[in-house]
Amino acid sequence: MAQLSVRDVATGADARTRVASRRNSPWTAAAFLLPFFVLFVVFVIVPIGSALWASLHRWSLGLPGRPWIGWDNYAELFEGSTVTSVEFWKSMQATGIFTLYSAPLLVAVPLALALLLNRRFPGRIAFRAIYFAPYVFGVAVIGLLWRYLLDRQLGPVNQLLGALGLPDGIAWTTSLPAGWVALVGATIWWTVGFNAVIYLAALQDVPRELYEAATVDGAGAWRRFFTVTLPGIRRVLQFVIAITIIACANMYGQSALITQEQPGTATRTAIGFIAQTGIQGFDIGMSSAMSMILAVSLIVVSGVVVLAFHRMGEED
Amino acid sequence: MARLLRPRRVALALTVLALTAVFVTPLLLMISTSFKPTAEANSLDFTLLPREPGLDAYREILGNERLPVLRWLGNSFLVAAAHSALVVTISTTAAYALARLDFPFKRTLFAVVLATMFVPGVILLIPHFLIVNGLGWLNSYASLVVPSAAGAFGVVFLRQLFLGISPAIEEAARIDGANAFQVFLRIMVPLAAPAIATLSVLSFLSSWNDFLWPVFVLFSTDMLTLPAGLAQLQGEYATRFDLLTAGAVIASVPVLIVYIVAQRYIIEGVSQGGVKG
Repeated sequence: MAQLSVRDVATGADARTRVASRRNSPWTAAAFLLPFFVLFVVFVIVPIGSALWASLHRWSLGLPGRPWIGWDNYAELFEGSTVTSVEFWKSMQATGIFTLYSAPLLVAVPLALALLLNRRFPGRIAFRAIYFAPYVFGVAVIGLLWRYLLDRQLGPVNQLLGALGLPDGIAWTTSLPAGWVALVGATIWWTVGFNAVIYLAALQDVPRELYEAATVDGAGAWRRFFTVTLPGIRRVLQFVIAITIIACANMYGQSALITQEQPGTATRTAIGFIAQTGIQGFDIGMSSAMSMILAVSLIVVSGVVVLAFHRMGEED
Repeated sequence: MARLLRPRRVALALTVLALTAVFVTPLLLMISTSFKPTAEANSLDFTLLPREPGLDAYREILGNERLPVLRWLGNSFLVAAAHSALVVTISTTAAYALARLDFPFKRTLFAVVLATMFVPGVILLIPHFLIVNGLGWLNSYASLVVPSAAGAFGVVFLRQLFLGISPAIEEAARIDGANAFQVFLRIMVPLAAPAIATLSVLSFLSSWNDFLWPVFVLFSTDMLTLPAGLAQLQGEYATRFDLLTAGAVIASVPVLIVYIVAQRYIIEGVSQGGVKG
C-alpha cells in the first residue's frame, strides 16, 4: 500500500514536470528566435517585397524623386525599343542559351558519375573526394584557371589539340559558338561532383533487393536502370533538376572571367546586366523590373520541368 | 588476381583513372604554371612542368603594392569566419526553438522560412544593395558578413536534426532543474556538433568563394576579398598567366586545407541537402 502510493506520487510528479518542461515562457522562445528573425525580416522578407515595389517606380540616379509609374518599367522592357531593353533581352538570351546547354548535361553527366561511384571498388571514397574537389574552389579561381587553359595562343587546351593534329587556333574565349562550349565545359568540370554527390546518397538508399528481384526477372542493366534506379531516385532527380536550372540561370562569374562577356557583350548574362544596371548604373526601378522578370521566368521554367517530371512518373 | 583482371574490372579501373586525370590535370597545370618564370609561362612553346621552377610570380604578386594579395587573404579570412560564426549562432538558436520550444504561430513561422528557400536569389540582389547602402555598409566587411547570413538553409537543416534527437534526453535534464538555455548549450549543441560543423564549413566556403556580390559592393582595393581581388588582377594583367595562376593558387591553398581536413563534413552536408529536398 505504502509502496503503491509512493509510486503514484512519483509518476504524478513525473507527469507534471513533463508538462512543465514542454511549457516554456514565450520570452524564452523569443530570445532564441530573435537574432535569426531580425536578420531574416530585414534581408529576406523586406527585400522580396521591395523588389516588386521598386520595380513600379522610376528610381534612378540623377532623376528627382522616385515617382510611382505602375508597370511602365515592364512596358518599356517588353516593348524592347530602348538600348537598355535590347541589352536586357540579349542578356536574357545569353542566360537562356547557357542554361539550355548546361542544365541537361549537369543533370545527366553527374548521374553517370554517381552510378560509377556507386559500384564497389577499392578507393571509391577517395575518388569521390577527387571528383568533387573542383567545386570547393569557387568561381574566381575556376574562372582564372580556365581563362588560362583556354587561351587561344598560350592555353594548354589548344596546345593539346595541336599536338593531336586537330585545329589549334580556336578562340575559346572570344568567339561563338566556341565561347559557349568553353563556358558550359568549364561549368560542368567545376560542378559535376556537386550533383554527383547528391545522386550518390540517393542511389545508396535504393533497396538492393529491388535490383536482385529485377535481375531474377531477367532484366538487363538498362532495364534495371529504367525500372529500378530512376523510379527509386525520382524525388532527388526532381530536386537536382530544379536547383541546377536555378544555378545555371544565376551564372555570372564564368562569363565575367573566362569570356569576359565577349564577343562584344554576347556572353553577358542576365544577372550580370541586372547588377550593372542597378548597382553600377543606379537604375533601381529598371533593374528591379528586370530581376522580377528573370525570377518569374525561373519559377515558371522550373515549375514546368518539375511538373512534367511528375506526370511522367505517374504514367509509368 | 584473375578476378581483378576481368575485362569489366579493367574497364572500370581505366574509367576511374581517366576521370581522375580529367579533374586533377587542370589543377596541376595551374600550380605548375605559377612556378614558371614569366617568359616561360607566356611562351608559345608549352611545357608541362616548369623548366626552371622559381618563385618569380609569387615574389612579384606579393611585392605589388597596388595588388595587396595578403590583405585580400586576410579580408577573406575575416569575412568568411565572421559569416560562418554568425550563421551558426543564429541558425542553431532559431532551429532549436522551432524544433523544441512552444510559442504561437510556430508552424506558420517555419512555413514562411521554408518557402523562402524557393525564391530565386536574383530577387534579393538590388534590395540588398539598397539596404546595405541605406545602412552605410557599402564597401564594408558588414556588407559581406550579414545579408547572406539570413538565409533559411541553416535553420531548416538544423531543425531537422534537433527533431531527430530523442526528447527523453532533454526531459531528463529538465527534471534535474536545467532551464531552456542550459539544455540548449549543454545537451543539444554537443549532440548536434557534427551537423553544426558541417554548417560552419559550408557557410565558410560559400562566403570565401562568393563572387558577384563583393565585386559589386566593394570599391576600394584595400577592402577586396580574394575572389574580387582576382578579378582585379585579371583586369590589370590579362595575359600574365604566371601571375594569374599564382594568384589563383594563393586563393586555393586555404580552401584546399579546409577541404582536406573537413572533406567528410562538406560531402555529407551536400548529400544531405539533396535527400532532404
